[in-house]
This record gives sequence, C-alpha cells and structure tokens, in this order.
Amino acid sequence: MEIVITIAVFLGLGALMGVLLAVSAKLFHVPVNEKVNEIRACLPGANCGGCGYSGCDAAAEAIEKGEAEVTACTVGGAEVARAIGAVMGVEVGEVKRMRAQVMCSGTLEAAAKKYIYEGAADCAQAAAIGGGNKLCPDGCIGLGTCAAHCPFGAISIRDGVAVVDHEKCMGCGVCVAHCPKGIIKLIPFDSAHWVGCMSRDKGKDVRAYCEVGCIACKMCERACESGAITVGDNVASIDYSKCVDCGKCVEKCPRGIIWSAGRQSNGEFVIARKTK
Amino acid sequence: MGNIFLIMFAAILTENFIFSRFLGICPFLGVSNKPSTAFGMGMAVTFVMTVSSAATWAVYHLILEPLHLEYLKTIAFILVIATLVQFIEMFLRKYVPALYGALGIYLPLITTNCAVLGSALLNIQKGYGFGESVVFGFSSALGFTMAILVFAGVRQRIEIANPPRAFRGFPILLIAASLAAMAFAGFSGMSFN
Repeated sequence: MEIVITIAVFLGLGALMGVLLAVSAKLFHVPVNEKVNEIRACLPGANCGGCGYSGCDAAAEAIEKGEAEVTACTVGGAEVARAIGAVMGVEVGEVKRMRAQVMCSGTLEAAAKKYIYEGAADCAQAAAIGGGNKLCPDGCIGLGTCAAHCPFGAISIRDGVAVVDHEKCMGCGVCVAHCPKGIIKLIPFDSAHWVGCMSRDKGKDVRAYCEVGCIACKMCERACESGAITVGDNVASIDYSKCVDCGKCVEKCPRGIIWSAGRQSNGEFVIARKTK
Repeated sequence: MGNIFLIMFAAILTENFIFSRFLGICPFLGVSNKPSTAFGMGMAVTFVMTVSSAATWAVYHLILEPLHLEYLKTIAFILVIATLVQFIEMFLRKYVPALYGALGIYLPLITTNCAVLGSALLNIQKGYGFGESVVFGFSSALGFTMAILVFAGVRQRIEIANPPRAFRGFPILLIAASLAAMAFAGFSGMSFN
C-alpha cells in the first residue's frame, strides 16, 4: 500500500510540475523572430567576438535589427555573408577575406632593448612601463597578449615578435583590439606584401635601435608604379586598394623590411623578407 | 532576530558554501575567469537559491512530511528546483527581459547545481523554519557570490603570471582555491553558541 502512495505522490508531483511548465510556456510565450534563428544558423558559432558583439547569438540579433551589416562576421567571410544576405533579402557584394598582420620585424637580435622586463607575461602591463622593453616606441613587445586572446590559436611568438599563421587566421580582429601598441593590422587575405615596421621615429633614431626599422628613405615610394606605397609619419605603408603585388618595393628597400608571402613552384608557402 | 543574523553570518563566512562545504565548485571554477561573468553567475545563484529554499521548504513540510516520504526528499527537491528554474526563466523572459538578459545563460546552468540542492537539504537537516530557510538560502548564495568574485580577481592575476609548466591552467587554480579555502578556515574559529 505504501508503495502505491509513494508512486502516486511522485506521479502527481511530476504531473503538476509538467502542467505548470506547459501552462507557463503558453502563458509567458515570447514570440521569437524566425529571422534571428535563421541568421544564427548561418553564423559559424565560434563566439569569437570579432564582430564586436558578445557572441554569435547577439550578432544575429543585431543583424536582424539592422544594427550590424550582413557582412559583420569576418570569420565566416563571403559565404556566410551571402547566406545571411539571402535571409535578410539583401544583395551582398564582394566580400574580402582579411587576415591580421603584425607590423614589426624587430626580433630579439634585431631590436635593441630599453630595459630587462621580468614582470607578468602581459603586453599591456609591460607597455605601461615606459611603453615596453624595446627602445622602439612602436615595436612588438612579444609577451603574447594577442596570442592569448586569439580565438583560433593562430598567433605564436617567434624570436620576441608575434607571428600570425596565415592559414589559421580568420580575420576576426580580436588581436587588433588587444594589442597595446596598435601594431596589428587587418590586411586583405591574399595580399603578398606588407611593411614589417610601424616606427614613427626619424630615420636616424630608428637606425640606432633597430636593424629592421623603416628609415623613411622613400625608395619604395619611388619604385612603386601604382602609387600604392607611400611614406608618411616617417614610415612606409601600403594602400591595398592600389597594390598590384608586383614586388618592386621589396627589391628596393635598403632595410629589407618589406615582406613577401607566396607559394613557390613546389607548393611550399614561404614568408620571407630580403636579407642583406 | 539574533538567530537570523547568526544564520546569515555563519552561511556567508564560517560555513561558506565553496570554501568550507565544497559545494558548487563546478561554477566556481567554470565561470570565474572574469569578474563580470562571476558576478552574473553569483546573482543567478542568489536568485534561484532564495526562491528554491522557500519552495523546497513548502514541498517538504506540506507534502513529504505528512505522507512520511522524507527519505525521498532528494528526488523531490531535484524535480522542484529544475521546474522552478525553468518557470523563473520563462517568467523573466516575458516580464523582466532586462534581468533575463543579465542572468542569461547562467539561469539554466544552475538547474542542477549542487549548491542549490545542498542549501535545500541543509535547511531540512538543520530543522529551519520557513523564514530561516529563506534567509539561509539567500545568505549562502551571498557567500557563494563573494567567493566566486574574490576568486575571479585572483584568477586575473594568475592568468598573466608565469607558473611552472606543470602547474599551468587548472592545477594552479586549484592550488589558489585551496589557499583561499584555508584562509576562510580561519573564520571557523569564531563561535556563537
């Protein structure tokens, strides 16, 4: 008899709870916009935060409301943008895949130190002490804050400089936001050349502390036929809307700080700069 | 009245859920990587634990006790708490969307949290009345919130520290947590009897 009561009580309790939930589900029903779910289904779901929203759910909501562009997800690239565009009924133009590039070549041997840093392994902390331990005001501190924040594990520290793995980088831009020196830039994914220096110091000063710093000699500017590379603020920079990847600047640069990346005939992907 | 304060003080400090009862260690380690998320979790736990203390007290004393089914309280409480959390979630979503957004993913996460169930069972074990149960649930959750917030602060420092390779990640976190627990053991010297 006792067991019957027990079973009855728990069945009753369970049923009561079930009914309560069923009723409240109807009662407190919040209409969910179907579009948000559809957009969410298109997104990669990495929740990297590269778009500036807390995650893919938040991004989907923002896109639906029109607060964010349909191309907001850089990680998904053209494919995702097109899928979202289809949901939203918007025509999506060409979407360029971007990748992050650390604009510094100052390895441990090449760039002179200001002091010996033995604090916590965090670039922001090191940057708070005289702008980091390198004499160059725009040099990579190399403690890996960008690597720690990269949602895709694409950044590693080599010889005291952060290096982005081209294959792994999704161009989300999280590292760009976390670099205290602001020397990580998003450039078109397939661009083969970049200037590995962002030092705004005068050529004479740069020469004194870094073997691979831009001295603003303007040789690249003169060599460039498409007018893509210009020197301003004592440093060369490439306008990727004009660059045709001819590589003439690479040959001319006396400091060898313009990098080239590309596949060789044997299929090997090589990233290199001209060395003296 | 004095009794209520004793219950609060004990639940927050001397018998802290995390540092001396070792309940709710999963969210303690899982969502303590940032103070903001730790605070969100703490608030969600506080909310649910207070309400569930009241609900489970009622279920125990109004249903289980009269029918002599006390030995099934664990199962009954799990059922009640899970339902309650679901119900609260739906209710908040409809009527208090701001709070729903703030508690967000933490609400469903604590449906089966051992700290919530623990507070319900401890209420019965200690023979608390309704008011005392609610106060115990609320202040235990406050203790939980304090512990997870403190630890989130500690974690921010650990993350940029450079421990030996073997200790990186969770090992060093567990060591830090045990040190905090030892510090809290100091409170157990206080007696209010």
